[in-house]
Amino acid sequence: MTAVLKRWWPLGPLVLLLLAPYSALPLPGLLDGPLGSPGSLQLLALCLLYGALASGYDLLLGRTGLLSFGHALYFATGLYATDLAMLEFRLPFAAAALFGVACSVALALLLGSVGLRVTGIAFSMVTLAFAQAGAILVQRNPGGLTGGEEGRSAPADLLPDSLVGIQHTANLYWIALAHLLLTLAVVHWTASSPTGRVWAGIRENERRVEVLGLRPYGFKLVAFVVAGGLAGAGGVVYLLLTGGATPQAASSDATLALLVMVVLGGSGTRWGPLLGGVLYTWAAHRLGDLATSAAVAGLPAALRVPLSQPLLLLGALFVAVVYLLPGGLARLPARLRAGRTGRTADTAAVPVSEGVA
Amino acid sequence: MNTVVLLACTGLGLGALYFLVASGLSLIFGLMDVLNFAHGALLSVGAYAAWWAAGDGGMGFWLAVPFGTLVGTGAAVLLELVLIRPLYARPRDQILATVGVGLALPALLMGIWGADARPFPQPAALAGTVRLLGAVVPVNRFVLIGAALLVLLALRLFLARTRYGLIVRAGVEDRAMVTALGIDVRRAFTLVFAIGGAAAALGGALAGLYFGSVNPGQGTGLLIFAFVVVVMGGTGSVTGAAVASVAVGLVQQFANYYTAAGLGDLSVVVLLAVLLLVRPRGLTGRLA
Repeated sequence: MTAVLKRWWPLGPLVLLLLAPYSALPLPGLLDGPLGSPGSLQLLALCLLYGALASGYDLLLGRTGLLSFGHALYFATGLYATDLAMLEFRLPFAAAALFGVACSVALALLLGSVGLRVTGIAFSMVTLAFAQAGAILVQRNPGGLTGGEEGRSAPADLLPDSLVGIQHTANLYWIALAHLLLTLAVVHWTASSPTGRVWAGIRENERRVEVLGLRPYGFKLVAFVVAGGLAGAGGVVYLLLTGGATPQAASSDATLALLVMVVLGGSGTRWGPLLGGVLYTWAAHRLGDLATSAAVAGLPAALRVPLSQPLLLLGALFVAVVYLLPGGLARLPARLRAGRTGRTADTAAVPVSEGVA
Repeated sequence: MNTVVLLACTGLGLGALYFLVASGLSLIFGLMDVLNFAHGALLSVGAYAAWWAAGDGGMGFWLAVPFGTLVGTGAAVLLELVLIRPLYARPRDQILATVGVGLALPALLMGIWGADARPFPQPAALAGTVRLLGAVVPVNRFVLIGAALLVLLALRLFLARTRYGLIVRAGVEDRAMVTALGIDVRRAFTLVFAIGGAAAALGGALAGLYFGSVNPGQGTGLLIFAFVVVVMGGTGSVTGAAVASVAVGLVQQFANYYTAAGLGDLSVVVLLAVLLLVRPRGLTGRLA
């Protein structure tokens, strides 16, 4: 019985998530309106989307040990390519979405095959440079394509009717949930495949993998391309959710946010990045609402300043997690358990938190 | 001709700014292998401290710049002692911690003084222009260039002529060997952070002069170009950083003016990627 429970418990939350749009449950403090209201569903969908993006990013960071500072580029590529395919080529949405994801995959393949020629911190900086180049391009609005600072909104006439309008938010929510399930399935499946085992080897010690007669380059490229494709699909979902493409999606802050989510939740764990992404997105939105509320404006400066800046709180929380809780929130239960059973267990828990992180 | 002189002076001024940020970044990375993502935030701290001192603090510009530099140095030392040192055994977490600080510090500045750019008071002596070869060049460009040259000279003297400079140079070369010789390298770490923070904060105070205003995101925006300089000049190399920052500043200014706007920024960023790919050892260059 417990074995069945252990294996299939995620089905419970999944059913609850699937049924959320039909619920009118009020969650005061957590959400503004009742659970099934469009505003709450929109926020929940964004949370699920960023949970999925963080899970996909963790394929690089936690599973393969690649610290990329340019993951937002592939997200933005999916977003902009889909939008522009509809606006410029007048493609129907499904074809445009396929085109967007294909662009992300192609770009990840191209830039990954170039960038992975270097390792370590040099790789991080190459990805940063590529992403920054993308961000500048989007900002500069070449040929009036990207719309510069304002971005371009998606053409409502080319989107299916069931995906436009506030009354159809539930459909968008289900799409975000489907993208999350797809991402989790891909990450789980690839990480437990033979390729995934090589990724784990590369993460632990790349030199040893080479000594075993395997070339890490190809394996790392596969991880990079799969993660890029998942991010591109996330860009399509984001386009639907927000109804347009804006340059913030391509900024280096977007990648740093993903990094914060993954580390907050726990990199290299199955549920950690999802947890981190959901928590971060929810906190950023709720803190943003709080920051502009009248209650905060009336507080003394020592309280008002931190509360009015979500990024300050999240940045401080991030530093605290890095500092005090290596392995992220996902490791918290194991650490608490180890703490309760005494000091011998505490020392035994150290390899766990170091090894799989 | 006028335009070329003006562009060259502006490019050199920008290069001086890059040098002030990148020299510390380069020494820190060369010695400690820590890519300090909070370095841009240190620049912002210096800029805001100088701005505050010159305005609300009532110190006047000439006292405000040393004050800003001092505050930035203090922030850098605090960062090293409180966050970087305890994470010494976890190099990746060191980088992540600086990323967190790099996010939180500008947000803190934004929370206190708002997101909008604040006009930086220009002292009368530096507000004017100079005629040079027929071009009218703002004086503050030369202030930046002069400050960067002074910092370069001071750093060279420090590295070449003092005992701690020797330890820093040896540490960049082979940290393990220095430790094996019984020298506590960690003191040099704090020192290098202090130097880097001071240079960045000075850059911040002078950036206020150069741009005419301060805003919370200023330092982070300059950071990527400082990375380019570090990689181009070779890590740990102060002279290399100086040459590279001049090159980057000039390329950026001229390309931005003569081709489409933004192409200069783009070309510099692409240059970073190309350099890393062609010469991956650029990140582990030797002290010169």
